[in-house]
Amino acid sequence: MNGVRLELRTQTPWWLNLVLPLAAIGLTLVLCSGLIVLAGANVFTAYTKLFLSSLSTPFNLVETVVKATPLVFTGLAVTVAFRAKFWNIGAEGQLLAGAMAAAFIGACEALPAWSLVPLMVLGGALAGSIWALIPAVLKARYKVDDVVTTLLLNFVLYYGMMALLDGPWKDPLSGYPDSPDIRAAAEFPILLRATRLHLGALLAAAAAAAVWLMMRHTTLGFEISAVGENLKASRYAGINIGAVILLTATTSGALAGLAGVGEVGGIHFQVMAGLSPGYGYTGIVIAMLARLNPIGVVPAAIFFAVVITGAEAMSRATGVPVFLADVIQGMSLITMLAALMLTQYRIRANRTEHE
Amino acid sequence: MNEILSQIFQVGFFAAVIRIATPLVFGTLGELFAERAGILNLGIEGIMMLAAMSGFSTVFFTGSLWLGVLAAVLTGVVAGLVMGLLTVSLGLSQHVSGIGLTLLCSGLSFYCYRLIFGQPSTLPAIKPFETVALPVLAEIPIIGPILFNQFALVYLAMLIVPAAAFVLFHTPWGLNLRTVGENPLAAFSAGVSVTAMRYQALLLSGALMGLAGAFLCMAQYNAYTFGVISGRGWVCIALIVFGQWNPWKSAAGAILFACIDALQLRLQASSAINLPYQVFLMLPFVLTIVGMALVSRNALAPAALLKPFRKEAR
Repeated sequence: MNGVRLELRTQTPWWLNLVLPLAAIGLTLVLCSGLIVLAGANVFTAYTKLFLSSLSTPFNLVETVVKATPLVFTGLAVTVAFRAKFWNIGAEGQLLAGAMAAAFIGACEALPAWSLVPLMVLGGALAGSIWALIPAVLKARYKVDDVVTTLLLNFVLYYGMMALLDGPWKDPLSGYPDSPDIRAAAEFPILLRATRLHLGALLAAAAAAAVWLMMRHTTLGFEISAVGENLKASRYAGINIGAVILLTATTSGALAGLAGVGEVGGIHFQVMAGLSPGYGYTGIVIAMLARLNPIGVVPAAIFFAVVITGAEAMSRATGVPVFLADVIQGMSLITMLAALMLTQYRIRANRTEHE
Repeated sequence: MNEILSQIFQVGFFAAVIRIATPLVFGTLGELFAERAGILNLGIEGIMMLAAMSGFSTVFFTGSLWLGVLAAVLTGVVAGLVMGLLTVSLGLSQHVSGIGLTLLCSGLSFYCYRLIFGQPSTLPAIKPFETVALPVLAEIPIIGPILFNQFALVYLAMLIVPAAAFVLFHTPWGLNLRTVGENPLAAFSAGVSVTAMRYQALLLSGALMGLAGAFLCMAQYNAYTFGVISGRGWVCIALIVFGQWNPWKSAAGAILFACIDALQLRLQASSAINLPYQVFLMLPFVLTIVGMALVSRNALAPAALLKPFRKEAR
């Protein structure tokens, strides 16, 4: 065959880590521009609105960080899980589990006021972990496929939550299926006056650093990567695969749970149907765009926060449906995946030489 | 209690079971062909969503139900082609490609639906398929009204199960397909194109998923909503594990699932049990997970599932 062929790379140059996500996003925007034309809008105007409205004023800038907070957590949750090739598509459910625990603890009258915020954080992380442990145990013990169980558990948790909100947990003062508001003392401290920037943003940044340290400098981090990269070799090296999968799930679920805690403690102060517009699924896109690097998760999360908040402004100004944000997420996951090929292979012109 | 039971288990109940099982049978068989060729098609949920949208819109504007079915099938085929491009030609991670395809397709279906219909105050609806009573067969007591007074697409599903089993296990094409899923190198050595077989499987898989989407918004309902699929695609993937990659067993699993689903609908409607209706919505998902846990130990997944095949890397 003539033309081009793929050749295995032995080393990945560092600059590809930056260039690839940017190339993937660029390609995504080119591909999505056709949809904007279909909507009868000007591509340039639409993209300007999409990207600049969330960065145009200091207030909007802060709001973007607020929006990025849960995305950093879910992005980290997926990063940890995917490093071990534990296919946790369940960050959405784990987020809701964390949110429910936080809303329950935060509304608890029996607890002293000072203990509420720390207990919400701990309880939410724990709830997320427990919800992630179900598929992990099923995988480690019964060899049940993790993709399907994590996906199905999202529905189980969502319907379970709605059943509670429509039944015993419903706020008697509200006409909607909402949980009662958390106590004033349980609300997360605001970091910047007159904004919604709350403690969760700090926790998210700390979590990114912590996960980076864990992956880079601890035995568990090493074992997680080892299990993900080569299962057979890890087993041969004496790593307890089942234990590593359970610990991966615990960590991943806790991170996703914290995303829910932040939304309850800092934004909504209660649990309701629209608490998460798919933050768990966006986390997958973010983790892949960050090439499963915990630090890279932060800019990737901010990027999608810009897209999600900007889509509303774009839709109002140009009439392009707000769902363009969803298309961009799906498309950039695919383009990024294709771009990742270039880290493993390089494209070479074919020569007629024989091996 | 007896009264509740007799209320539930009527002919109408079993006819509903068959109707609920139909899209699951289409989806499950679609996924089955892909997995038998070695490709886990996690795009299923999104493909069903996008196919439902395109099919529904086509019917809305042309008034022709069969044209809508065709549009849904073609949408599925195109999505299958994209999946093939990613996982067969480029050899990318099947997990992530599939999730990406689902995110992309569901995003596209929301986007296009909003573009076409805006935000209307009443849900745009079509005149859906009507049931067709098969002559003679529909007259059989009990079985007749349950099986032979159904939508045309239900009959198609009934025919597709034996057809799929026959094609997979009794034709050279089926043998090649299974070999590609079990041992691609052996297939390659025997002169079978792994790439071509996997593409064919994915196109067929997409077409069947398209039928599932078409059925949901043209027969089961008469409208498209964002929640039209709500996890049915993922259930199909679980049903294959449950049915051990066999068309008959998977179809039986679909009927079992449909029984649970129909039962929860009846229980929801009956005033005998007073629980929030979401508990009933949750039930099929819980039981699916339990079912998977019960059979997964001796799962018989195709050996080359999830493994890309590169001629150069033999």
